Amino acid sequence: MGEQILKSTRRAYGEALVELGERNERIVVLDADLSKSTYTNLFAKKFPNRFFNMGISECKMISCAAGLATTGKIPFASSFAVFAAGRAWEMVRLSVGYTNLNVKIAASHAGISVGEDGPTHHCAEDIALMRVIPNMTVLVPADATETKKAVFASAEWQGPVYIRLGRPDIPIIFDDSYDFQIGKAYVLKEGKDVSILACGLMVWQALQALELLEKEGIEAELVNVSTIKPLDEETILRSLSKTRCAVSAEEHNIIGGLGSAVAELITEKLPIPLERVGVKDRFAESGPWKELLKKYGLTPEDIKQAALRAIERKEKGGLK
Amino acid sequence: MNEKVKELQIIATQIRIDIIQMLVQAGSGHSGGSLSCADILACLYFSIMRHNPKDPHWKERDRFILSKGHACPALYAALAEAGYFKKEELLTLRKLNSILQGHPDMNKTPGVEFSSGSLGQGFAAAFGMALGYKLDKNPGRIFVLLGDGECQEGIVWETAMGASHYGLDNLTAILDYNNLQIDGKVSEIMEIAPIAEKFRAFGWTTYEIDGHDIEQILWALSPERIVEGKPTMVIARTVKGKGVSFMENEVDWHGKAPSPQEAERALAELYKQLEELKGNGRADS
Repeated sequence: MGEQILKSTRRAYGEALVELGERNERIVVLDADLSKSTYTNLFAKKFPNRFFNMGISECKMISCAAGLATTGKIPFASSFAVFAAGRAWEMVRLSVGYTNLNVKIAASHAGISVGEDGPTHHCAEDIALMRVIPNMTVLVPADATETKKAVFASAEWQGPVYIRLGRPDIPIIFDDSYDFQIGKAYVLKEGKDVSILACGLMVWQALQALELLEKEGIEAELVNVSTIKPLDEETILRSLSKTRCAVSAEEHNIIGGLGSAVAELITEKLPIPLERVGVKDRFAESGPWKELLKKYGLTPEDIKQAALRAIERKEKGGLK
Repeated sequence: MNEKVKELQIIATQIRIDIIQMLVQAGSGHSGGSLSCADILACLYFSIMRHNPKDPHWKERDRFILSKGHACPALYAALAEAGYFKKEELLTLRKLNSILQGHPDMNKTPGVEFSSGSLGQGFAAAFGMALGYKLDKNPGRIFVLLGDGECQEGIVWETAMGASHYGLDNLTAILDYNNLQIDGKVSEIMEIAPIAEKFRAFGWTTYEIDGHDIEQILWALSPERIVEGKPTMVIARTVKGKGVSFMENEVDWHGKAPSPQEAERALAELYKQLEELKGNGRADS
């Protein structure tokens, strides 16, 4: 794979906000005492009068952002995923979703790669929580480049957007020529044997899984599903009708996230074998993030094994 | 009696009549808390606020947010009376395809500034609006009506802290303090007193008034009461079910609509009050 440049998606978010702030006066940013972790402090430093620290009160922050949106601002509200999507869920539902206001919620420290802080601060439930809210768009960028483009696209998008960000420094996959659009899934590598549908840092894991599968003579197709909602059914179904079996890979509970969204789609439109890689409906624990990914089944090897199972089920011609 | 005061009393009584007619037609809804805030809404929409029903999105308008969203029959009646939509719409309350939802919906009803009903959120949204107005140097004021039971929600205190931290003197909250909530007396379910002291401790300027006395309401909501750099809280002592004798101070009328017979009795009382106000000008206030 060669030398990788590493950057967290949360840092990319903070840097993107500064650029956005420079070119659009309507951008305002809210945080709940985590601006050093979400990197909204970069925006705060540059545009102090358009940055509002709410203190430790995520519920107020979300409804306040909605109020700001009614005055024509484009608020980006940030906290950890477990607080923004979890604690303030009902504010997101009513003040943002039901009103359909132009609020962007950018939540960092999603998944279990938060690491040592442990399950109280992990969040493997936010995709489920957010995608069930009508009017909500849900984005899970795979790297720093996609994050930046997702932030810019969100600012142009009229209506609520949830952007899922991570804590760890991860490889940059895309260069600046990458063309991100909300609602579009991207085939990163074509293959014919199995489709791997991944989001977030699992895209990087899946890229490594492709190499492992190649050694076994298997040509897997990799699709980056960075928009979980609205799901790009066309791109996904095109891939699945070619490969006839799939693996979903996400740093999220296998209940309610990308795997569920794909399962919902194929059950109705193209019933084929699906294997879900994700956190298997349990809380994780404290530890270094890479070791957590290993222990909780989110490695390239896990994706490879899931792909082999999916292919086996396809070849046996039935659901096992 | 001052003509303005009498005019507002007439409007408030008309709002109460509309509330009863809407609720009996709907067959469900919140009677008590709608009746208790009718005088406050009459003062806001027909004297205090700078707004234009012909241009509901006028940028510099004063805004009103009903954070105690369940009292929306009162808001709808005030908005219709002001001309935001036709009065005939009122009788579609809570019915399928109506612009008048069971709780306020900013995308369906002209003049409704925020969708509310889940308690506390309207208050926090009003805080955000006041912040946005300050940022734009918009001279408009933001008014928000809270219920007393609503003050048991944590987000109310998060917001109370935030509004004073940011010095939002363009924000005026009004507390409809009728001392009843669904399960009983506020003081017995979960005491909120001493409420004025609490808001003062959070950095607000507070005024305590009789929430059915038009002159007191106008006095408290006047821009002259604003202390620079501080949000304002007007604690309005009210009677739940005000204006309908058998609903007054009765907890069971929190979330209940009158039957046709009860509505008839209620309307007879309210029309009598209206006639007295319009008649000899010696209406009791």
